Amino acid sequence: MSVRQPVTLLAAAAAVLALAAAAFTVGRYPVATPDLLRVLWSWLADIPHGLDPAIEAVVLQIRGPRVLAALMVGASLAAAGAAYQNLFRNPLVSPDILGVSSGAAVGAVLGIFLSLGIVMIQSLAFAAGLAAVGLVYAVARSVRGHDPLLVLVLAGVVIGSLLGACVALMKYLADPYNQLPAITFWLLGSLAAVTPQDLKFAAPLMLAGLLPLWLLRWRVNVLSLGDEEARALGVPAGRIRIAVIAGATLMTSAAVAISGVVGWIGLVIPHFARMLTGPDFSRLLPVSVLLGAGFLVAVDMLARTMADIEVPLGVLTAFIGTPLFLWQLATARRGWQ
Amino acid sequence: MTLAAENLAFGYRGRRVGSDISLELAGGEVLCLLGPNGSGKTTLFKTLLGLLPPQAGRVLLDGRDAALLSHEEIARQVSYVPQAHSAFFPYTVREVVLMGRTAHLGVFASPTPGDRALALDALERMGIAPLGDAVYTRISGGERQLALIARALVQEARIVVMDEPTANLDFGNRVRVLERVRALAADGISVLLSTHDPDHAFLCADRVALLERGCLLGLGRPGEQMTADALQRLYGIPVSLAEIRTPEGMRRVCIPSFGVSGPR
Repeated sequence: MSVRQPVTLLAAAAAVLALAAAAFTVGRYPVATPDLLRVLWSWLADIPHGLDPAIEAVVLQIRGPRVLAALMVGASLAAAGAAYQNLFRNPLVSPDILGVSSGAAVGAVLGIFLSLGIVMIQSLAFAAGLAAVGLVYAVARSVRGHDPLLVLVLAGVVIGSLLGACVALMKYLADPYNQLPAITFWLLGSLAAVTPQDLKFAAPLMLAGLLPLWLLRWRVNVLSLGDEEARALGVPAGRIRIAVIAGATLMTSAAVAISGVVGWIGLVIPHFARMLTGPDFSRLLPVSVLLGAGFLVAVDMLARTMADIEVPLGVLTAFIGTPLFLWQLATARRGWQ
Repeated sequence: MTLAAENLAFGYRGRRVGSDISLELAGGEVLCLLGPNGSGKTTLFKTLLGLLPPQAGRVLLDGRDAALLSHEEIARQVSYVPQAHSAFFPYTVREVVLMGRTAHLGVFASPTPGDRALALDALERMGIAPLGDAVYTRISGGERQLALIARALVQEARIVVMDEPTANLDFGNRVRVLERVRALAADGISVLLSTHDPDHAFLCADRVALLERGCLLGLGRPGEQMTADALQRLYGIPVSLAEIRTPEGMRRVCIPSFGVSGPR
């Protein structure tokens, strides 16, 4: 039996809030909790707080965007992963199955390679992520006479590896002193450079992507029975799938554009969420969002506090995600059959 | 509410499976489709359900061409009970049954308490109410079949198409499922089902359709159509028919000859 929905949701929301608050306080420049609350209150109420301006700068300019970005990126990747796993009827699917991450990587690396500004790099990453999935979908549509789901996944794998080759080529050609470190840094994922402008850019896109997933939550359940049964139950499988793919791609692309490639969240978090809620997407989606947000805030906290230098996020999520996933594979059967 | 096929030809892209099928399913009737492996039973069902486009002819729902109806419109009138499969995710039996309500829900809507009450009611009618909270992937094949029939019930369609509802079931569960089929017909629901066991047609069918290599070999009352000759032609083995006295009266059964079948 699954835990009762309101209890799960409330507990997860409280945990995420606590984690986010903790994330504000720790770091190279620790901020005491009362100071944090005063700064936040003064910002909200627009009154002076009488503290060191450096504290305000740390809270509002440096950590604020970073913590918010961690919440948003984690939530987006987990939500997209949950949607894709239901859609593709496979618990091993992650948001980059259709090439959105490899596409975004090509866009960002191209931007760095051409020495463009950060806004252009992000826009290129975002656009190339969408374009990659569009290409995969178009290729899959043009192949007829096979299981459409299988063709879609295969097209994603094939085009993903082609895009990987493009990234490798640009890395090989890039200036090893300026561009290559920037490329590597981006490919490993980081929230260190996130600005308030990035959030303004990404937040509406992520919300716009989340909306169809939430609205179509019941149809997503029916779709996980397979195309034929879904149609027999009255669901136009192809159209619903396109809407869900579009939403999940929008969220992932926006996330990758501001954070770089952060793997594992979209694969592992929906699993844990499914353990708590069962497979019903209307309960799985909100819990995935909360768990994803909390997980990335915690990992990012680790990334900036565990060593003297920042540990790349993508590396940390893999180091934490792999054992978590294996442990879950070995102990829990509930999420699958 | 009637479902009819008019000179229907069916198959997959580039491959015709059957042709010249004309039949009509009357209200409250149980029509049993018999045919050997590969005769096109499932393909015919998918075409009747609008899951495959007809290659020629028409499928008519209450006289309207089904090709012009949306999946949702068809689903409100015809429900499909596939072979008891295992789902990919561990939905509860209640959730699986609720999915039958989808054709009645708006695109963005989720099931309401009213839908839940209908699902509970259907579970009770199938006699599996205690399984509502059980995980669908962990119940037995017979229970899954009953759950899928419950799902077809909440779909509130007047026509139910069942693809081998007795496949993979034990001796007792087969009879239980066939009894449910008769009960549906008694409620005025038309049932079209396929089976591999001619005795099942004797048990529950008002009419039978014999399908051989995609063509109708016969269509009519079981006692008239299911002769020893017709069954031998259909299955390629000699068949004897016998009348057996049972507690409910005389019953016709079908007995295959054993040890004399040549290669097909």
